[in-house]
Amino acid sequence: MRTIMAMVQGFGAGRRRCLAMATAVLVLAFPLLNSVEAVPQSAGPKPPRTLEETGLYSDFATLQVDQRHLAFSPQYPLWTDGATKRRWISLPPGTAIDGSDPDAWSFPIGTRLWKEFAFGGQRVETRFLERQADGHWLYAAYAWTADGREAQLVSERGRRGAYPLGGGRSHAIPGVSDCKACHQGGRSEVLGFSALQLSPDRDPDAPHAEPRPIPAVDLGYLVENGLLVGLPDTLRETPPRIMAASSAERAALGYLHGNCGHCHNDQGSLQNLGLFLRHSSAGTVPPAIASAVGQPVRKAAPGQSPDAVLRIEPGRPDRSGLMQRIGSRYPALQMPPLGTALVDKEAIALVERWILEADQLRKEAHLQEKGD
Amino acid sequence: MTRARSVLLAAAISASSAVLAQPDARTAQVKRGEYLVTIGLCHDCHTPLAMGPDGPAPDMKRALSGHPQDIAIRAPAKLAEPWVGGFSPTLTAWSGPWGVSFSANLTPDPETGVLRDFTEQQFIQTLRTGRHQGQGREILPPMPWPLIGKMTDEDLKAVFAYLRQIPPVTNKVPDPIPPAN
Ligand code: HEC
Ligand code: HEC
Ligand code: HEC
Repeated sequence: MRTIMAMVQGFGAGRRRCLAMATAVLVLAFPLLNSVEAVPQSAGPKPPRTLEETGLYSDFATLQVDQRHLAFSPQYPLWTDGATKRRWISLPPGTAIDGSDPDAWSFPIGTRLWKEFAFGGQRVETRFLERQADGHWLYAAYAWTADGREAQLVSERGRRGAYPLGGGRSHAIPGVSDCKACHQGGRSEVLGFSALQLSPDRDPDAPHAEPRPIPAVDLGYLVENGLLVGLPDTLRETPPRIMAASSAERAALGYLHGNCGHCHNDQGSLQNLGLFLRHSSAGTVPPAIASAVGQPVRKAAPGQSPDAVLRIEPGRPDRSGLMQRIGSRYPALQMPPLGTALVDKEAIALVERWILEADQLRKEAHLQEKGD
Repeated sequence: MTRARSVLLAAAISASSAVLAQPDARTAQVKRGEYLVTIGLCHDCHTPLAMGPDGPAPDMKRALSGHPQDIAIRAPAKLAEPWVGGFSPTLTAWSGPWGVSFSANLTPDPETGVLRDFTEQQFIQTLRTGRHQGQGREILPPMPWPLIGKMTDEDLKAVFAYLRQIPPVTNKVPDPIPPAN
């Protein structure tokens, strides 16, 4: 009798367990099969179905870009696995950007921006931003067909495997929530069209610096053509520039601004991490130096070595948490966490050089102090 | 009672009820959060199963504390065709094409809780975007964020408020293991 009771109980328990597992597996199936819409459907207007309809080109058959759009190139571009990029902006006729806040320009309703990505000379995608009547920005990506004749809207979830990068890796077109992970991480959703990025005092050592399109769309050009109003006079007189102890430091801080500052800044959602890699026009000590050099890592990421206790340890790139994170593409460790599948070797070399040199500069400062 | 006095009295009563309304609203929010965590199946994966007198049952002493740190798992499950996934007896370690994922510690433990430095906004964003802390690495299966992320802001705030005040459990959940290849 006792054994029978035990069996019944065991069976009951087993069933409960099976049920629990079945529920879990049912739920498990959803993300696995990717059958659910990942992003809650945005209520706003739908983006045009083709790139042609966004108005980038005056003649789509010959891919003639509308002459009224301005081509521009930020001095510290984002690294996207070696993609070649082209960018354009279009302001509605008679409107201008309000530049009175040097760290967050305000763009008129109807502003459109495009960014084209090409790999190996082949257009792969073109991203699109448009400011809506309610002030929100519309996000869209268009994937080019292999023959380069057409570019169709990509689903809100993005597209993996858009272009092979070798070694089993490939370029992914980000989904809309990933666009927003970068573009909504600070005060301005436009990232590359800003005072520092369009400064006429361009950094000659910026990694992956691009040739400037003609005409050179910089602060002077925009103000002279009435496209930018309210820019503080001080910025016209002394164009924005990262104050640094050396050219390597300037370029390294610029790289961090362009590649990390949209998430790591003191205004956005991640401000509680206390890591500020976005250059700010206020203050004298660059925020990146104040918040990273000699500062402890908040929490070690999976795969980070235990001796990397500081974000940046002067003279020791190998023991700097920040270096380990930009030198990795293991998903839980890598920085940035999205938008790239390959380590940026040029940037690694630059940041390494700066960290080695930072030690030297520190020692010199120390010697000077002693000498006084 | 003069009219002026009754107005004053009424004002005093409403003022004191306004003071009371806050904790009441908070309690209601936490209660709602508890309800959502229950029907949202969070315990299914985040509370380890332990063998009890009636067979495996959720170990409520370790409620919502994720995969127990003392149960070491070092490699993905080896499976015969056509199986693609497996899980541990605690129902907190998950093997599949993504490698091995471990259910996170959702308790407010200041050292080991995954939410220890999440703001409310980051919690909401995490479940909407499927990225750690809203903007970081992709959250692995089987965490059903695409469905949980359909909750309203109010509901997600309630879940967060509830998780912030459950008993903290110190349990360092292991890092995910990448796929074998
Ligand atoms: C990894 C972060 C990241 C992701 C993901 C991302 N962007 Fe960007 N985007 C940037 C940065 C940084 C710039 C400016 C630097 C540059 O252009 O090189 C930029 C520039 C742009 C521009 C030119 C205007 C501007 O803001 O400077 C457009 C248009 C754009 N992105 C659209 C999109 C869309 C649409 C998506 C999603 C399909 C997307 N981006 C995904 C970081 C990102
Ligand atoms: C899309 C947003 C995003 C971008 C872009 C990004 N990060 Fe991060 N980063 C995060 C998030 C989220 C965390 C916190 C979670 C974690 O540690 O993974 C983080 C954490 C870090 C940390 C650890 C901070 C600490 O002390 O715990 C470092 C260092 C870091 N990032 C460096 C960088 C660098 C360098 C770049 C640019 C090359 C970069 N990040 C770009 C989102 C981003
Ligand atoms: C089917 C199993 C399952 C269910 C049900 C589930 N989770 Fe999870 N959850 C996981 C797993 C596994 C992880 C770890 C994923 C990883 O490491 O990427 C996780 C991670 C998390 C994280 C951490 C995300 C981060 O940023 O690292 C949060 C928060 C979370 N779950 C909340 C919840 C809530 C709230 C519920 C109920 C409404 C819930 N989960 C239900 C399996 C589940």
